[in-house]
Amino acid sequence: DIDDVGHKYHLELVLEDVLDKDSTVNCTAEVLYHLGNKNIAPAVQFTIEGELKNTDEADNIFYSRIKSLEKELVAENIPDSHGSVSPEMEPIRLLAQVASGYVIWQNSTENTKFQLAQIKHVKQVKRSDDCLEFDYMILLHEMVSQEIIPWQMTVLWHPQHGVQVTQDSCQPKHALE
Amino acid sequence: HQVLRIKTRNEEEVQKLQLLESLEHLELDFWINPSTPALPVDVRIPANSVQAVKAFLESHGIEYSILIEDLQVVLDKEKQDMAYNQQRDRSSNSFNYGTYHSLDSIYAELDHLASEYSNIVSKLQIGESYEKRPLYVLKFSTGGSNRPAIWIDAGIHSREWVTQASAIWIAKKIASDYGKDPSLTSLLNKMDVFLLTVSNPDGYVFTHTTNRMWRKTRSRNQGSRCVGVDPNRNWDAGFGGPGASNNPCSDSYRGPSANSEVEVKSVVNFIKNHGNIRAFLTLHSYSQLLMYPYGYKCTEPADYAELDALGRAAASSIQSLYGTTFTVGNICNTIYQASGGSIDWSYDYGIKYSFAFELRDTGRYGFLLPASQIIPTAEETWLGLKKIMEHVRDNPY
Repeated sequence: DIDDVGHKYHLELVLEDVLDKDSTVNCTAEVLYHLGNKNIAPAVQFTIEGELKNTDEADNIFYSRIKSLEKELVAENIPDSHGSVSPEMEPIRLLAQVASGYVIWQNSTENTKFQLAQIKHVKQVKRSDDCLEFDYMILLHEMVSQEIIPWQMTVLWHPQHGVQVTQDSCQPKHALE
Repeated sequence: HQVLRIKTRNEEEVQKLQLLESLEHLELDFWINPSTPALPVDVRIPANSVQAVKAFLESHGIEYSILIEDLQVVLDKEKQDMAYNQQRDRSSNSFNYGTYHSLDSIYAELDHLASEYSNIVSKLQIGESYEKRPLYVLKFSTGGSNRPAIWIDAGIHSREWVTQASAIWIAKKIASDYGKDPSLTSLLNKMDVFLLTVSNPDGYVFTHTTNRMWRKTRSRNQGSRCVGVDPNRNWDAGFGGPGASNNPCSDSYRGPSANSEVEVKSVVNFIKNHGNIRAFLTLHSYSQLLMYPYGYKCTEPADYAELDALGRAAASSIQSLYGTTFTVGNICNTIYQASGGSIDWSYDYGIKYSFAFELRDTGRYGFLLPASQIIPTAEETWLGLKKIMEHVRDNPY
């Protein structure tokens, strides 16, 4: 407890590569939830022990594949009702997972626990520069209230420039039905 | 046809491959085109061209390996596998436990199990859902009269598909292991098991037809355009207290009153009328948790020590199979404060061994758990349930 400021948590955690369970990295972090204004994202500082795996090869394969598509990519329900994700859509899902991490961080309080539940819809947006742009409609699952919250996010990505969420907004619940 | 993987070391080699690409008479099908030395080149080569291409590569000292020796063999096997699986699905004697099923399909399998294992399995109807669908319970019994019994339910929250899927696998397991597994056999010789595989059939159908993420029942709420009540906030345990919503539009809406939902009332009536239920076990997903009461208050139950130890033993059994770890504790401290929950009601009613499971995973797929994980999940969950059931058998009260 920090008087008049908020609650600070000190964490020691292990990061595990989603694609390679044996690849782990230790991490320490400090998270500060602000008192009062709940509209500010918690402040996060972290240190990683060692290096994260190099993903250049996979990044380039994905980048080339999307760049060489004749028509802009469009897809829905990833994973589908049965939990299936086609191999071509796997990077699209991973990208959503990273981008939703940002959205989740921006909207987290001490009383929320968000997970990405599903990509309802994703549409590639044509760009004149080198970046790839995707307009996602995702569903976030909030564990404490058990609500499913539709959320729109615009995601930019480039193998060298990383991921950026340029726009995101919570959608009304009946956007689903 | 063969598929080769070619490793290029420099731009020159890439260019040589691009030259090869241009030779149309070879009919080469590049799965990964030559573009940069950093990436491998995968190419499917028709039988007639295989020798020529290999000779070309070898003469230029370009490294390659054979990814697929004979593509036709791979394709034939795949076709065979698909035909076999389709047949297994359609044939009336074979239910594919490794996939998600419609309500009708699950209900058909309940009948099939009751018929195939009629010496120990029978199907009972304990009530009807809001939309008038039957609520079916499988009774596993070797006889006696009103023996002490264990209650297991799944799918009270309809979007938690791995629970209904695991429940039907567990039904099959119990039926087929009797007479083969000594522990289960001794258990069924003393006690009965009641298994409600789909506690919320209206919700389950809705997740198939309209909204995969539907959680609640499908009852109409007076004065609101929002539908449904959270059936696990509707039990008479701390009802109305913190940990449930009074907003009909909320996914944790408690309902107008305790037991307002017929799906809940039917189970309460069954348990009360039976009078000899000794354990109440309920399956949810996801989060990988094994919990005992209470949810409506954050204080430990009187039997805390025993329940915690038993929970840990069950979690350990679960972990022994595939390494899946479950966190053990009371609901309030482990997940969140929640009022009107089923195991709080069953515990306060006098059923000491009351546990709630949250099955795989921890959020990567969440509710949309891949079908390939159904059977592993069911197998490990069964070990946990069995551990608890054995303790109940050996510790009558």
